[in-house]
Amino acid sequence: MISVKNVSKRYGAVQALQEVSLDLRPGEVVALVGDNGAGKSTLVKAIAGVISPDSGTILVDGSEARVANPHDAQALGISTVYQDLALCENLDVVANLFLGAERRRWTLMRHISMERSARELLTSLDVRIRDIAVPVSMLSGGQRQSVAIARALVGEPRLVILDEPTAALGVEQTAQVLDLIRRLRDRGLMVLLISHNLADVRAVSDRIVVLRLGRNAGEFVTAETSQEAVVAAITGAAA
Amino acid sequence: MTLTETRKPYTPKEAVERLRHGDLGAWPVVGGLIAIAIVFQTLNDRFLSPENLTNLVLQMAATGTISLGIIMVLLLGEIDLSAGSVSGVCAVVMAILAVRDGWNPILAIVVAMLAGALIGVLHGVMFTQLRMPSFVVTLAGLLGWLGLLLYLLGQGGIINLPFNGFIAGLSDTWLPPWLAWLIVVVLVAAVGGSGLAQRRQRLAADLPVTPAWWPMVKAGGFAVVLGAAVAVMSADRGVPLLLVIFGALVVLFDLVLRHTVFGRWMYAVGGNVEAARRAGINVTRIRIAAFALSSTLAATGGILAASRLAAVNQGSGGSDTLLMAIAAAVIGGTSLFGGRGRAYHALLGVLVIQSISNGMFLLSVDSSVRYMVTAAVLALAVGIDSLARRGSAS
Repeated sequence: MISVKNVSKRYGAVQALQEVSLDLRPGEVVALVGDNGAGKSTLVKAIAGVISPDSGTILVDGSEARVANPHDAQALGISTVYQDLALCENLDVVANLFLGAERRRWTLMRHISMERSARELLTSLDVRIRDIAVPVSMLSGGQRQSVAIARALVGEPRLVILDEPTAALGVEQTAQVLDLIRRLRDRGLMVLLISHNLADVRAVSDRIVVLRLGRNAGEFVTAETSQEAVVAAITGAAA
Repeated sequence: MTLTETRKPYTPKEAVERLRHGDLGAWPVVGGLIAIAIVFQTLNDRFLSPENLTNLVLQMAATGTISLGIIMVLLLGEIDLSAGSVSGVCAVVMAILAVRDGWNPILAIVVAMLAGALIGVLHGVMFTQLRMPSFVVTLAGLLGWLGLLLYLLGQGGIINLPFNGFIAGLSDTWLPPWLAWLIVVVLVAAVGGSGLAQRRQRLAADLPVTPAWWPMVKAGGFAVVLGAAVAVMSADRGVPLLLVIFGALVVLFDLVLRHTVFGRWMYAVGGNVEAARRAGINVTRIRIAAFALSSTLAATGGILAASRLAAVNQGSGGSDTLLMAIAAAVIGGTSLFGGRGRAYHALLGVLVIQSISNGMFLLSVDSSVRYMVTAAVLALAVGIDSLARRGSAS
């Protein structure tokens, strides 16, 4: 289990986060929602080690962990899929999955070992790509998003953070990606989903954490909550 | 029971799709080469004669080697305008050491190539640390290294290499037929063998494979092309050592780009710098290495050119050397926008350019026309590249 306890971060005059807390459990999808400027991105950056908070702690299995840079986060098993995918469009799927972590013997790449693992990984996630030897530029938006998410799994993480994974996708492709998120949960991973789309959030999350103006503004069990209650928490209107 | 998957041939629709996405492969260039051969052979039946084809091969080795270096920086989406000047100045360094100072020629060659590598590292550091655009860095290099070349040559302006010396001998060494054929057999066996071995490994790993006849056809086609080339050149003076050097460099860099982690990272940096950086790739190191390789190969090309001329002079690496090397890389199929290109594109591109120039020379066409025809071919190649890029972006 990974917990964020009382994290604060100030940018000059702006209090981006104030005493925010968040619990993530294995096999659970937590949706982080809130209006623009609510502090979602700042919180995610703090967990991913991109920024260091002014105060507060991150606990991994109950003990305090140092997340000073993205490398620390990776070592703790925290993997982030950013909105702008960060795929190399000229490279094929296998090359993208293992980019920067190529399996090698001396400097020679072990193509077959990597391709085999890539196929196993994609099959286990039920990602269908007809030919994984074509450049990523030839894949659809949903397939690219799936590749980006699959890539986050290559390092065998415990927590996967997804930043707006469905923002640029059509209806069918969104459904594909939501299925993929469910499969991440079924693998026993912790999943933190940042989204603006409440329909997606309702469809896939177990818990919803609302941020408003940098503070915790409510936590809901998705199955027992109405959309109105969530919207009210986001906007700060009395429910 | 295991069901082996096979990669099916592409349906016409998929083929069109791949074309639109710029996945043309080498076929347009090969087609162009065949067209060029037919046109010039009809206009002058000496074009395809063994003597002329051997000359053509001798002419292309130096430019081709420089072009191979250009491909290294083009892969990153950068440009090296200094390659011509660097080839000249390094050839001059070699000539001064070997002729004036009487060094061992091999040592002189090694020092000249090291000088090229240092120059490349300097360009790379200016590009990555001072954040100067590669265009400006290497434009300064073009002028600066030309200046150094003129300074080093001084008043004389020319250094002759002894005709029977080692360096000039490089371009006047011919492989005996038995050795040439042995190389053909070894290469074909390597291509066929690695194809079959790879297929077996893929089958063992349960990966989709191409049909069993495909590696054989590939090796067979390779054997026919290579065998024809050797047969033609053996009818004249034999296979020139210069071609073997150039060919070996092309093969070496093709293997490095396709099979090493370094090569993979070159493509990654050329495809998406930000993605490469986030994946933990040291982008700065890759960039400096690319410029170093470009200048080292430029130096090698300059040495080959000096060997063929048996001299270095104020024109070494000058006039259209650089432009032809860049044009060859692009005509061969390497993208100017980075991330797409292969080492053998240098070979194909320089074959096209040298064939045009050689054929026009045979027809005693004025060099004005030669430049215009080369320009048209270059414009066509870049046009295809741009369209392909637009296709892949859509």
